[in-house]
Amino acid sequence: MPKLTIDGQEIEVDASMTVLQACEQAGAEVPRFCYHERLPLSGNCRMCLVEMERAPKPVASCCMPVGDGMVIHTNTDEVKKMREAVMEFLLINHPLDCPICDQGGECDLQDQAVAYGCGESRYTEEKRAVSNNDYGPLIKGTMTRCIHCTRCVRFSSTIAGTSELGGVFRGEHLEIGTYVGNTITSELSGNMIDLCPVGALTSLPYAFKARPWELKKTESIDVLDGLGSAIRVDSRGGEVLRIIPRLNDDVNEEWLGDKSRFACDGLNRQRLDQPYIKKDGKLQAATWDEAFGAIADKVNGLDGSKIAALAGDLVDVEAMTALKDLLASLGSNNMDCRQEGNAVDPNVRASYIFNSTVAGIEDADALLIVGSNPRIENPVLNARIRKRYLEGGFKVGVVGPAADLTYKHDYFGADATTLNDIASGKHEFAKVLKGAEKPMIIVGAGALMRADGAAILAASKAIADNLGMVKDDWNGFNVLQTSASRVGGLDIGFSPKDGGLDTVGILDACGDGKVEVLYLLGADGMEAAKLSDTFIIYQGHHGDSGAHMADVILPGAAYTEKNATYVNMEGRVQRTSLAVFAPGQAKEDWAIIRALSAALGKTLPYDTLPDVRGRMAEINPVFATTDEITPAEWTDFGMAGDLQLKPLSSHIRNYYMTDPISRASETMAACTAELLGQGGETERTGTDG
Amino acid sequence: MSFIDRHIRAFLLVELLQGMFLTLRYMFRPKITLNYPYEKGPLSPRFRGEHALRRYPNGEERCIACKLCEAVCPAQAITIEAEPRDDGSRRTTRYDIDMTKCIYCGFCEEACPVDAIVEGPNFEYATETREELMYDKEKLLANGARWEIELDLRLRADAPYR
Repeated sequence: MPKLTIDGQEIEVDASMTVLQACEQAGAEVPRFCYHERLPLSGNCRMCLVEMERAPKPVASCCMPVGDGMVIHTNTDEVKKMREAVMEFLLINHPLDCPICDQGGECDLQDQAVAYGCGESRYTEEKRAVSNNDYGPLIKGTMTRCIHCTRCVRFSSTIAGTSELGGVFRGEHLEIGTYVGNTITSELSGNMIDLCPVGALTSLPYAFKARPWELKKTESIDVLDGLGSAIRVDSRGGEVLRIIPRLNDDVNEEWLGDKSRFACDGLNRQRLDQPYIKKDGKLQAATWDEAFGAIADKVNGLDGSKIAALAGDLVDVEAMTALKDLLASLGSNNMDCRQEGNAVDPNVRASYIFNSTVAGIEDADALLIVGSNPRIENPVLNARIRKRYLEGGFKVGVVGPAADLTYKHDYFGADATTLNDIASGKHEFAKVLKGAEKPMIIVGAGALMRADGAAILAASKAIADNLGMVKDDWNGFNVLQTSASRVGGLDIGFSPKDGGLDTVGILDACGDGKVEVLYLLGADGMEAAKLSDTFIIYQGHHGDSGAHMADVILPGAAYTEKNATYVNMEGRVQRTSLAVFAPGQAKEDWAIIRALSAALGKTLPYDTLPDVRGRMAEINPVFATTDEITPAEWTDFGMAGDLQLKPLSSHIRNYYMTDPISRASETMAACTAELLGQGGETERTGTDG
Repeated sequence: MSFIDRHIRAFLLVELLQGMFLTLRYMFRPKITLNYPYEKGPLSPRFRGEHALRRYPNGEERCIACKLCEAVCPAQAITIEAEPRDDGSRRTTRYDIDMTKCIYCGFCEEACPVDAIVEGPNFEYATETREELMYDKEKLLANGARWEIELDLRLRADAPYR
């Protein structure tokens, strides 16, 4: 390991490091704009210049590999002068419009101009101006402010893999932009806003709304996809204004998908803020007591087998625990958290989680994707796969929908029977998997939702078993869950037990009149025709399709409004934090069910959040700790059967609208219309202009 | 000796007469009290009175919603909300000053990069209710329109010293 002297301090560092990293390790601060830990080096801002003894000129520390015996100075007068000069050059063409710039207050250029600049300008000539491109509904580009660090260009070409940004012209005339007339369509585009060290790329939906110093910052967890990315919720005065990612190397590194980032305006629209009861075919506002009374009138005296419950995509584990206990006390086993009916085995944890873990993707050397388009089902996970792909020696095969996954892959059609060929070793890709040290398979939720889902699960398991994907220190079998509540619901046992009905069974029974009361816990998107005669209780936070057909509506809290537990697709128990209070009379979900249980005369034995969490840990010990992954036991699951010829597909068609929050979001509607060219979930009426 | 001297002064009422002479002298001097509100004293161009939001000569409002005044206000009397205007420019949708909180320090005026919020020469805006002292954007802009000529003169007069 090379030894360096940095500001008189001797330090031994890894040979693969650069001088800038070594300086950081030695505690010497080096300003920078273009350098970013997760992006390739470019060395074009020159802000990180340091003095190196025996070098004829100052060196750009971000691109200088460390060498033995280097003597570096970062705090001499010479270095100070260089930084002032570089800063002066950067500011020559910068418009200095900080008062109207959204980056003001969290701007690297602003901070470093104060810390390292000389405080005054000698430039009196004309500044250059750059015309703005249209970057779509999410990013606002003010390219005159750009200092050409090319972080966004490098992000789009390496991390996102879409190469949508680039530079044209040279020298002073260099302009960063998209290819003529194009917008930015990447699902990860919001991260460029975070990366931009100046105000050239800012968030369009958040434009001019607030300054960073007036925001309340709450660290939380994202629930709009299955990954459970670490986020920070910025709010002011009871309104969530923006969501930005936090660092979590095990899950999202420092990226966040556009849906999770920009759907937060949906939290203020279409909210259920008081209970409703359906009277004469119309929903009418009611008090909590009236709503509970209406439920008690219907449920009391009813046989348990005539009551059923379904949990939706955004439901926290506390609420499912409470509802599960309530149903048990009412004598019902009809409950399911697999709203869309995916065929994983609720009794075998390995069958429904992402066993390899997200960080484990980086250790894998071959990957088979079955019936999934990870780019739209989970863009951050897809970026992790791409990161592994860029390191080389990583073969990817896809059986499922054809899509541009941003990395090279072998496409084997969408026919499910191909799985049997791979499992039996006849297929060409079987050899690749067999020869790999740590092969993995990702099974999409879309594949498991088909009628032959159990057979696909079994075939996938056979692939994992036959091709050596499961070893002592490696489990390559993964299910890509797309909703935040799924793993948690299965872990807590919110699934049919002892002859209870599953989702399909419950809906059929509702159609036949065998189930008379259906409790929808945040479950939307049910077929209304089958449920026309059923008494429906809807508990949730948005007036989405579930609320429309409800007989009683109980208003709950969204994920930014409660301290709740979610389990991500790896089986990592994580907690959201309360950032703002739920609107109107809405309450935390488990508390609603607890209050309802008292109204039904079946009072649940817990009154506080710690009590509920104690009960959760009692049901399943994984809930005793947070942010830890317990490897799941590899046992038998899936039901071998015939595979249908229907082509495998992803169940998500529109990345921007998958849940009640993003469906209520104006920003997501704009993305759907502009980036996907769709009219959104509902058909255009002709009066929309 | 000082003992005798003190007693003579006391018995001859010298100090009393000195005081009365002073009073007598002021009777012949010009008056310094003002017949307020018919007469008013001079004001420095730096006097910090009632707030106003100014406009540019072409009628465009100056405030760009940078929120620096809100940030610097030690009494947290200012509340601003902003969003893009139809033409895409950054403008406030709400600019409130709670004049009952304001301590008239003038920091808002110092912080403003575009001379939009100023403390004008007006100090005669007493009200009958507290509610009238919750100024909104409309009121502040109206103040600006009413006082603009004087505000402009004051800023010019003070400019050489800034």
